[in-house]
Amino acid sequence: MSDPLLQIKDLHVHYGAIHAIHGINLNVQEGEIVTILGSNGAGKTTTLHTISGLLKPSSGEILFDGKPIHKMEANKIVAEGVAQSPEGRMVFPDLTISENLDMGAFLRRDKEGIEKDREYMCQLFPKLKERAKQLAGTLSGGEQQMLAIARAYMANPKLLLLDEPSLGIAPILVQAIFDAVVEINKKGTTILLVEQNAFAALKIAHRAYVLTTGEIGMEGPAKELLENEEIQKAYLGH
Amino acid sequence: MSTGTESDFVYFLYDLATYLLNGITQGSVYALVALGYTMVYGIIKLINFAHGEFYMIGAFIGFFCIRSGMPLWMAFPCAMIGSGMVAVIIERIVYRPIRYAGRIPALITALGTSLFFQYFGQNTLGADPKAFPKVTDFENKTYQFGELFVSTNQIVIISTTFILMVFLYWLVNHTRTGKAMRATSFDKNAAELMGIDTNKIISFTFFVGASLAGAAGVLVGMYYNTVEPMMGLIPGLKAFVAAVLGGIGIIPGAVLGGLVLGIAENLVVGFWVSTYRDAIAFGILILILLLKPAGLLGKNRKEKV
Repeated sequence: MSDPLLQIKDLHVHYGAIHAIHGINLNVQEGEIVTILGSNGAGKTTTLHTISGLLKPSSGEILFDGKPIHKMEANKIVAEGVAQSPEGRMVFPDLTISENLDMGAFLRRDKEGIEKDREYMCQLFPKLKERAKQLAGTLSGGEQQMLAIARAYMANPKLLLLDEPSLGIAPILVQAIFDAVVEINKKGTTILLVEQNAFAALKIAHRAYVLTTGEIGMEGPAKELLENEEIQKAYLGH
Repeated sequence: MSTGTESDFVYFLYDLATYLLNGITQGSVYALVALGYTMVYGIIKLINFAHGEFYMIGAFIGFFCIRSGMPLWMAFPCAMIGSGMVAVIIERIVYRPIRYAGRIPALITALGTSLFFQYFGQNTLGADPKAFPKVTDFENKTYQFGELFVSTNQIVIISTTFILMVFLYWLVNHTRTGKAMRATSFDKNAAELMGIDTNKIISFTFFVGASLAGAAGVLVGMYYNTVEPMMGLIPGLKAFVAAVLGGIGIIPGAVLGGLVLGIAENLVVGFWVSTYRDAIAFGILILILLLKPAGLLGKNRKEKV
């Protein structure tokens, strides 16, 4: 196998006095959809924020494309090719949908590429085109989620981090969003997906890691985990 | 009230127009200073009580530039850039290290910074007011419309303020940096995830806010013909009132708040007594906050947890 696109080595993260991540190891190969499952407070968002640079690890390494990024500022990591759609969406409510997409492409200078990606996102999520001039704060939760994913995609990342895209969203939209994630992946973007909705995530992912209170409890191909009894009991409600 | 003759009423209208004109002139200055208050608050939730000092610093830079023979059109941008740069330095060495220490330490630091500039100014420049040098670019004439008198200085203040506000509106709403400012003021982490260097955006916001205050300082120096190191204190407080009045963090609110305050003060002075001028400013603040706690243009948003 070639070197992974993202490589996390023995990562420890502290929130003040709380030891949130206890030495995790995690790889994402180019072209994959990898999902991190786990219950509330297991450390999923903490892991993503540490990759994005919003949190700094107390020890361990994060390599992206072979380059250490764990000491870089968040805005510099975006320039390296990692974009995140954050938990709770965090779209800019006082900016229009179109301006939100502009913000996603903040560091880019290739006008044609930006327009192409904007077109693609509007095709994937037609609501974004219909409401381009509307303030993002007026969108429904599901529409805001679509905007958050599209906005992250506009950075033209090699690795797209998605934090709980199904959170607080109508089931019918969850399916649409996960279909779009598969679509984006097929077009060549590698995806690291954090989810509580284990069933939906395992159905689209290639591989999965299960986080339990800051440690990796289990890992493997998504299909195997989907059939694993423990997983079924803990996360799939069987 | 109906005992007045027709000409009494005409004089009343001229009086009213005069007070309104004075109020708009003074309100413009409050608005320019209030804009910086509101922008800085919008982006890092800091009540920068040292903001009035940038107005004083701008006035002094203008004073020294014009005294050294510089024409106004050069002295004016120098004062704006100079006070903007002082603000950038203050943000970097004073406010940034305590940004996550909480609101009360930040507020106290801002008060300390304000006092530092006032007394540093008194020590180095002397406490006595200095006569603002005569601006050579134009003569301060007075134009008469019936019984209404309009001075060149008033026209310069109102039109300069108007131009700066149009520029600010364009900057915030139609440029890449302006969008980044709005994104940063919503949520710094979300902005960082877009690749926005939020430290740079915060520095830039201080620069813009302080340069507007610096512009106001020069305009007031010209208007009242005097500058002194304590001159930022009361206008700084009034501008804070104006910003809160309009809804702090909201840019059009600062303009509205400044104009409302300036006009209200001048109506009180004109039709009543001047001793109540400052009391009225704060009285209006209390009244509006009782009725609309978020200010005139503020929405009562719940704070995010």
